[in-house]
Amino acid sequence: MERLRFFLNDKPVEETGLSPTTTLLRYLRDRVNLTGTKEGCAEGDCGACTVAVLEHDSQGAPALRAVNSCLVLLPMVQGKRVYTVEALKEGGQYHVVQETLARELGSQCGYCTPGIAMAMLEACHRRDMDEPWKLDAQMCGNLCRCTGYRPIREAAKQVAGLRPEDRFARALAETRPEPMALAYEAGAQRFFTPGSLEALWDVLDKHPEARFVMGGTDLSLEVTKRYAEPPLLVSLEALSELHVLEPRAGGHRLGATVWLTDLEDYARVACPPLERMLRYFGSRQIKNRATVGGNLCTASPIGDLAPVLLALGAEAVLRSRAGERRMPLEDFFQGYRRTALGRGEVLACVDVPAQPEGARALAYKVSKGRELDISAVSAGFRVVVDGEGKVTEARLAYGGMAATPARARLTEAALVGQPWTEVSVEAALARLDEDFKPLSDHRGSAWYRAQVAKNLLRGFFHETLSTPVPRLAEGHSATVQVR
Amino acid sequence: MSTLPSSPNTLHAQQPGPTPTPLHVPAPHESGLKHTSGEARYVDDLPAPPGMLTGHLVTSPHAHARIRRRDASRARALPGVHAVLFAEDIPGENQVGPVIHDEPLMSDGEVHFQGQTVALVLAEDAAVARRAAALVEVEYEPLPALLSIQAAVEAGSFLTTPHVIGRGDPDAALAAAPVRLSGECMTGAQDHFYLETQASLAVPGEDGSVHLWSSTQHPSEVQAIVAGVLGTGRHQVVVEVPRMGGGFGGKETQAAPFAALAALGARATGRPVKVWLNRDQDMAFTGKRHPFWGHYEAGLDQEGRLLALNVELVSDGGWSTDLSHAILDRALFHLDNAYFVPALRFSGRVARTNLPSNTAFRGFGGPQGMFVMEEVLNRAAELLGLDPAVVRERNYYGQAPANLTHYGQAVEGNRLPRIHAELMASSDYARRRAEIEAFNAQSRWTKRGIGFQPVKFGISFTTSFLNQAGALVVIYTDGSVQLNHGGTEMGQGLHTKMRAVCAHELGVPPERIRVMNTATDKVPNTSATAASSGTDLNGMAVKQACEVIRERLRPVAARLLQAERGGEVDALAFVGGRVFLPARPERSVSFAEVVHAAYLAQVSLSATGYYRTPDISYDRVAGRGKPFHYYAFGAAVVEVEVSGLTGEHRVRRVDILHDVGASLVPSIDQGQVEGAFIQGVGWLTCEEVLFDAKGRLVTHSPDTYKIPAVGDAPEDFRVALLERAPQDNTIHGSKAVGEPPFMLAIGAVTALRHAVAAFGPPRTPVELASPATPEAILRAVEVSRAAGALPDGKA
Repeated sequence: MERLRFFLNDKPVEETGLSPTTTLLRYLRDRVNLTGTKEGCAEGDCGACTVAVLEHDSQGAPALRAVNSCLVLLPMVQGKRVYTVEALKEGGQYHVVQETLARELGSQCGYCTPGIAMAMLEACHRRDMDEPWKLDAQMCGNLCRCTGYRPIREAAKQVAGLRPEDRFARALAETRPEPMALAYEAGAQRFFTPGSLEALWDVLDKHPEARFVMGGTDLSLEVTKRYAEPPLLVSLEALSELHVLEPRAGGHRLGATVWLTDLEDYARVACPPLERMLRYFGSRQIKNRATVGGNLCTASPIGDLAPVLLALGAEAVLRSRAGERRMPLEDFFQGYRRTALGRGEVLACVDVPAQPEGARALAYKVSKGRELDISAVSAGFRVVVDGEGKVTEARLAYGGMAATPARARLTEAALVGQPWTEVSVEAALARLDEDFKPLSDHRGSAWYRAQVAKNLLRGFFHETLSTPVPRLAEGHSATVQVR
Repeated sequence: MSTLPSSPNTLHAQQPGPTPTPLHVPAPHESGLKHTSGEARYVDDLPAPPGMLTGHLVTSPHAHARIRRRDASRARALPGVHAVLFAEDIPGENQVGPVIHDEPLMSDGEVHFQGQTVALVLAEDAAVARRAAALVEVEYEPLPALLSIQAAVEAGSFLTTPHVIGRGDPDAALAAAPVRLSGECMTGAQDHFYLETQASLAVPGEDGSVHLWSSTQHPSEVQAIVAGVLGTGRHQVVVEVPRMGGGFGGKETQAAPFAALAALGARATGRPVKVWLNRDQDMAFTGKRHPFWGHYEAGLDQEGRLLALNVELVSDGGWSTDLSHAILDRALFHLDNAYFVPALRFSGRVARTNLPSNTAFRGFGGPQGMFVMEEVLNRAAELLGLDPAVVRERNYYGQAPANLTHYGQAVEGNRLPRIHAELMASSDYARRRAEIEAFNAQSRWTKRGIGFQPVKFGISFTTSFLNQAGALVVIYTDGSVQLNHGGTEMGQGLHTKMRAVCAHELGVPPERIRVMNTATDKVPNTSATAASSGTDLNGMAVKQACEVIRERLRPVAARLLQAERGGEVDALAFVGGRVFLPARPERSVSFAEVVHAAYLAQVSLSATGYYRTPDISYDRVAGRGKPFHYYAFGAAVVEVEVSGLTGEHRVRRVDILHDVGASLVPSIDQGQVEGAFIQGVGWLTCEEVLFDAKGRLVTHSPDTYKIPAVGDAPEDFRVALLERAPQDNTIHGSKAVGEPPFMLAIGAVTALRHAVAAFGPPRTPVELASPATPEAILRAVEVSRAAGALPDGKA
């Protein structure tokens, strides 16, 4: 039987007998007494448990990635290098991240601080900290209740992109991180990371009840909040066939196992509507672990990728031992948290087609918290307008409005053939109440959801009047950027 | 002295070098580097003592019910389970109520909120404990539950009798007033969301004693409650606080039940016991900031001057009294905020509901009281078409008799007129307000607003006898110092300040002083570290203890320096680790040499210090007295931008000018001001505590309860401390800072109202609920728009 093996602060670690759903956080605190890493929420919302893992970025280059150790299950770091806050101080010398945070009084009670320091460590070693908004995007997964954030922002600004010659720089230079295949078992629980599609099909033939997992940003909550002990998890991380991210036929192929940080990076130039959504999708730590496939396969009505991809006309590509099949993404979502995936089948990738001439496209997300919150309403819109100014196609997709991410078919129909004007938009919006009967919950009332759903389309009309596919501006105050 | 440039880059701690005194200069947090490295230990980080058990709470799933039957036999039979305890297993009193004894540690037959402790499971580890807890059988008979202030008022369910403070004949003054306003407003609960959840570790000792490590703001009260629960003397209980990962009032009284459960488990099993709550448990079991309902009737003149004000407050105390009566008192004391009201009647009462027992939270009722007054002034300004900042300025306390508060204390040293003028100028308020009006006139979907907020906040525990503190200073023969004081460190920088005071008095570098864990066997009978009073009270006690030792060392140093002539002894300076005559600084002796010589000369090297605040008292029946030692002042200008499509908003810029007297450590005080402000913005905007129809907390984790994140901090945040403003009769001229700046955040509400109003025609009343979530703002925008002439929102 295989052992769990990884590097913890550069020391090799081997473990057997531990449940495969032991979180990295509990392992650090309970098993090896590295108590610098704190538990603040056990759901990836506060960042106090942030550690760094050596991964690779979208270009395949080694990169330090800040992750929530409360959501990482031990088998997910098989073969990887994991660094905790205890690794920052070298030879009795504090790291520049630590000195800067302390000098700027970036800590008061200090409980969030180890996590803040580790999120800043990623910023410190990033090569792309070239725009001011990236500071907040880097730090938004770390809650601090004491400081009011100004000194944290200030410290992050000072260390971002410094790339000092530290142990992390050495590890980045010397390591070629590769996902490792694993077959691990302890007690009644098993965790497989197949190294090839063939191996995956074998596992699925034997264990059709297996559940797939990637970053665990959703599934791990069952472990940390409901104390579930899933008997069999299969990680798709080591399947290079699913890890593609590239232009394709004028559009894009988004592999199911692509981390959202990498997708955001790619989308920045390639696909602004997707980038707009990903900016507020979640924290850096979450996006460093969450994947395209994970987000879509949970089939949550508030999965934020779905509305954008639905609007952009994406197709789901499914694979099994029998081969490949394709379907429009709307057919992939079959009900509340239900997908079209059959037995022994995985989502391989999503193909986003080339966007038609005259397309206006954007995505929006509205939630109580600006960053790192679950949507009350999200939306992806694409409207194609011909040379005469008439709408030839409308794809208006919403999250949070129904049991699945869904298109507003009646509203769409009311727009097609009409001139793309405010009057047409207002007329079409009368149909939105027929398209959706949203629910009331703690994220927003039915009234709010319905009102915002309309207002987002109003905003979309105005925002795309002069620029068909506008980019997000610095210092914007709302998801829709119109005066 | 207390100057602090607003540029963040100049905030750094001083570079190493000779420093005459560590007072009044910026310094890093005393534990700052340890925070960044994870070396700073909190209760849950302490190495597990051998044999330690996990204490797990079995709690009520009903908001109100009678317990019919309990059976723990299946749970007790589970391997790894050491005990399952019920109320009858408590050897002493089943009581943890801090003031009023109305709070059983474990249910005595009835449960009064969802989350009340019914049983305590003690097991080898958390997983076994959880399994055992699921096997504890409790049969409930559900009873009707009161889940809101309104329901409690209708049912006549209260925890207190009304407290009334009055002056003049407000009804007659109201009748005669040219402008009258009346209305209701609500402020919501707020979870403390300290990053470190409640944690206690109890280790049993000899003779029934117990040593507790507790994350508490009030170790002496934990000690007293634990002793009561165990039925032993307080001398058998030691409570030690390493540091807290945040408190904000949430660990003033509410650490005690969990400490008591740990101690009870340790007594019952003879093993060390840890009780640690995860986030969901912490949020569900513990109380929050009190929601307040307020009804007001105000009379003003045409210029917006208050002539009369009647206010009735009802707070939601939850199921037990906790500190609700004192919190209501402070709300009444701060209904006036900074304004003189000639005729008034303020009354308040605490409702009893079937929700967690609400408790202290930064501001302690002050923010809730002040909010009502600011609502009145905002509405008046909107109605009269006046700048709300001007309305506020016209109502400030002035010269006698317009300097008398409703409870009869004179507002002395009122710094608000000065702060008002300085902040108006430095924030460029008038120009920016005009620019915003221009922006709003040409912006259809996005509007901006600006708000000005002054604050006056009374400093002292309003229960006067609590205003006392102690310290114990110990010097070892190498000249190193251990400093003990009665205050607890929860991030506010108290230890940094106390070390600075100690270093100043003894003339030693701060690095030679170790601030010890707060412990009840070092400094006894302390008050909570609360009411912003930690530095004021403990600072004076530390100063006194240090002075005692320094004066013992003085003759010793004089002998060593041969400076024993008349006047020379008294003139000796203790500075920077050396002792010398200021006239002959080249000839000095080190502090360590003096200490060692003192030891050889058989001079005691330890001393206690003690302080009580002079001249304060309050007669609650008469509603008159001088409850406060002094007032802290401050003001803020807040600018926001609001989306009329989604109700989202962003704070664009904040300017604060705050009075901390002669700041002991300006960098620490600036951190308090900034942090308090943002926490206040959270209370008023994004933080929404929601219970379902059965009294279950829906917002029990950061997934659903949103505190401000980095992007919610203003893009442009300018905080300045009022210069040249030392305070009389306080520790080195400084003033309290923990709570007062919290209320500056009400300026964000004024700014939001300004922006919302811009969606409608002039003088349309703004209907903005609190907290001003995107939904609340969008509703208010819709109301404003609906009042406009054009249906499409073009006002």
